Amino acid sequence: MSAPLLEVVDVAKRFNVGTRFSRQGVRTVHALDGVSFTVMPGETIGLVGESGCGKSTLGRCITRLYDLTSGTLRFAGTDISSLSQRQMRPMRRRIQMVFQDPYASLNPRRRVRDLIAEPLRVHTTMSEVEIGKRVAELLDIVGLKPDHAMRFPHEFSGGQRQRIGIARAIALNPELIVLDEPVSALDVSVQAQIVNLLADLQERLNLTYIFIAHDLSVVRQVSTRIAVMYLGSIVEMGSADDIFARPAHPYTQALISAVPLPDLAALGSAKRIVLTGDVPSPVNPPSGCRFHTRCPIAQDRCRSERPVLTEQVPGRTVACHFPTDVTSTG
Amino acid sequence: MVYALLQRLGQMLFVMFGISVLVFLIFFATPGADPAARIAGRNASPEVLEAVRKSFGFDQPFYVQYLTMMKKIFITGDLTSFVNRGWKVVPAVLDTVPVTLSLVIGAAVLWVVFALIIGIVAAATRGSWIDKTLMVLGLIGISMPVYWLGEMLNLITQSRYHDTWMFSWVPPLGYKNFSDDPKGWFLTLVIPWITLSILYIGLYGRVLRAAIVESLQEDYIRTARAKGLSETRILLRHALRTSLVAFVTLFGLDFGALVGGSALLTEVVFGLQGVGKLTYDALLNLDLPIIMTTVLYASFFVVMANAVVDVLYMLIDPRVRTA
Amino acid sequence: MLKVRDLTVSFRTEQGIVRAVDGVSFDVGEGELLGVVGESGSGKTVSLLAVMGLITDPNAIIAGSIQYRGRELVGLKSRAMRELRGKEIAMIFQDPMTALTPVYTIGWQIAEQVLAHNNVSKSAAWQRAIDLLAEVNIPKPEETAHRYPHQLSGGMRQRVVIAMALSCNPALLVADEPTTALDVTVQAQILDLLHKLRRNHGSAIVFITHDMGVMAEIADRMLVMYAGRVVERGTKQELFSSPMHPYTRALLDSIPPLTGERPRRLRAIPGTPPNLLNRPPGCAFAPRCTLRFDKCDTEPALGSGQRAAACFRVPA
Repeated sequence: MSAPLLEVVDVAKRFNVGTRFSRQGVRTVHALDGVSFTVMPGETIGLVGESGCGKSTLGRCITRLYDLTSGTLRFAGTDISSLSQRQMRPMRRRIQMVFQDPYASLNPRRRVRDLIAEPLRVHTTMSEVEIGKRVAELLDIVGLKPDHAMRFPHEFSGGQRQRIGIARAIALNPELIVLDEPVSALDVSVQAQIVNLLADLQERLNLTYIFIAHDLSVVRQVSTRIAVMYLGSIVEMGSADDIFARPAHPYTQALISAVPLPDLAALGSAKRIVLTGDVPSPVNPPSGCRFHTRCPIAQDRCRSERPVLTEQVPGRTVACHFPTDVTSTG
Repeated sequence: MVYALLQRLGQMLFVMFGISVLVFLIFFATPGADPAARIAGRNASPEVLEAVRKSFGFDQPFYVQYLTMMKKIFITGDLTSFVNRGWKVVPAVLDTVPVTLSLVIGAAVLWVVFALIIGIVAAATRGSWIDKTLMVLGLIGISMPVYWLGEMLNLITQSRYHDTWMFSWVPPLGYKNFSDDPKGWFLTLVIPWITLSILYIGLYGRVLRAAIVESLQEDYIRTARAKGLSETRILLRHALRTSLVAFVTLFGLDFGALVGGSALLTEVVFGLQGVGKLTYDALLNLDLPIIMTTVLYASFFVVMANAVVDVLYMLIDPRVRTA
Repeated sequence: MLKVRDLTVSFRTEQGIVRAVDGVSFDVGEGELLGVVGESGSGKTVSLLAVMGLITDPNAIIAGSIQYRGRELVGLKSRAMRELRGKEIAMIFQDPMTALTPVYTIGWQIAEQVLAHNNVSKSAAWQRAIDLLAEVNIPKPEETAHRYPHQLSGGMRQRVVIAMALSCNPALLVADEPTTALDVTVQAQILDLLHKLRRNHGSAIVFITHDMGVMAEIADRMLVMYAGRVVERGTKQELFSSPMHPYTRALLDSIPPLTGERPRRLRAIPGTPPNLLNRPPGCAFAPRCTLRFDKCDTEPALGSGQRAAACFRVPA
């Protein structure tokens, strides 16, 4: 029984928009509202949700690119919630991030070699020769050729650039990698390649992933456990198979039913739950359960009382007053 | 939107206050020279110096001095120049304002109209020889120094070719009051208007063309084309409107600065007693009260021009209204 | 109603000629929904832009034939094309956030299109705009018509774009990845809306996407494109139950499943799509194809029937 690698306890993040003198005064964006979960070494936690749910913000809070408004973050037992950026530096060897846009996250003026070598130059005292060897090794691991090292990012396709981003992330042998929509901007056939690469790397290098995405099929494929987020909090969490086979929260059910399946047999048989309206603004989140304004089964209680994430079955939590019962098997 | 306007007004007053304090400190609080000597002029007698000291309260604490100065300028208007023997400064400055305004507003009308034409035509024919020619002409306009151009035009219209039918209507240098002689007012200003506006036509034409061409790359232009609208309509209704922001920003700044006295060179070359010329003369004579007043006046205009520009933004771009 | 034959769109660039669309042929019948599926570089968007006459690049060369209700569109004078565009053939694009002009109200923008093609009064056009907004399920249409695009969410903006496109009752609507930039629950709403609008207006739709799931839901017939060519066509049922071209099959296989067992590894297609600049002769997919053999060095032709695949492995 190993210790958790990452513990997220009641993390909240609020952004202030506007000044005292602007028309609406100071408004607060409640990006994250009391998020808690644990990540064990070697697993992949999928964070899934739609725009405004806070999954990207959560990813950035975990890597301390943002400061937390409140809550605790513990990495391998150490509290990193309020470390200064300077104190965070040694932590950054162990927690890395891969970003969504392979076109924007690589400095176009740097050669690939320098992009991948940068973390090594900053955090280690390796000599240039050693760095050169490591870069060649990393390029090979991610499926690129050694002569790619001297080229510039714009000479590569989206999938190849993402490989470069991944090489950079694994350069220091981190333990945890947060991936923020790493395949969303790629073509479908390339997505599959990158997903496979990530799975291989996880096995080979003993990595733990937090995989943020909006594409449910991809998330299902890569995750061991999944957290479904809506408007700043987790509404349901459990193993990937469980969440998809027996979703308990009405939002999860609607989300899964909304995905069009490339399977003619599924047409007509699956009942699609179409939610009305748009996602409410995180500046003015609804009272009680955040989802009640669009929920097909909302009752009075949902308007006033905010549901807490409770464990229905070991390993399975739902934040709903009227969740579908998933305790019975079969 | 009213709220936003009030907000702007508040900011304006705040900035004006800050500027007045800063100007005051520069002129009166710099260590070393005696401010009384500066005001009284170079060859003032000790009695004059003493009178100045009393009148301005230089023996009093700074904030009293500041308030006294402000009172003399804004409230009682009896700030007098010592270099020019009792010449009341505030009315003197106010007298020159109509001259500068006539020059600048006339030039502004000219330059806005022509810059719009040039910018739109160049953008509509982008890549063609028309476009390239217009841009080169614009560049030439920007490169010619105003004073040189003015003198050249004077040379042509006042002396060399004055007797020909083309330029015989050009009156001698100087300004004629509109209320006394409207036709004379107009004629004396034609050549100065042309001189001053050429620079700005070149600049604004080029800026506008660039802004329109960039707008034309936007997605909503593609939608407009897909709607089946004519290229002219797309250019004028969809691309132009969104490019005006850059144009208006520059215009506000330039116009404000010009009214505040930047048209100095043009005024000197054409013998127009505007604010710029007044400031120039005062600088030559080190006439401090006039300099102070014109500085305050100029900064007031720049601040106001900025505020007007902000209001214009709200009219042009609805996205700014609710922000 | 739309017959495209041997459409070729090339672009002159500094490095040479790029053939974005290479001999593409397809038909669209009245009222049907044709799905065009392909990845980046497949030429799906450029082909439909050519149909709309929206290729403004002076370095573009368009050859072939595009016939709309018997009328040849290639080489048509721009004024004539403009009369068709927005009135009989309309197009909507991917990103709703930037699709509308920010400085005009949405009612004004819809009315603008109505007025451009119909001889009606301004108030009639405005009323039509409100009716259309109601039809696309926008709440409080009279009020919303006075709002500006930046005041609406992405899903709402896309509805406005759809309303605008349908304002003159076009016979053909081309939709270029209209739901790709939207959340999946919003996508579901929009697809539902398109179903309803098809019934009410009877327009044919050409729906471009890379998402096979969306295809399965809405398409009648499908076209699969790769590297500027059509590699397979047929009805939706035919393509999903028995895909013929190796690319189609590989594409379907590489999608992670939402139900059932999770594969240990996804069946990814190795390699990347070809560079359209110096395309080697022969089948464009051959370098990545598991079934390639010596014949693949020459280009396979797409048969002329409704059900066809451009592959030597497939019996003609």
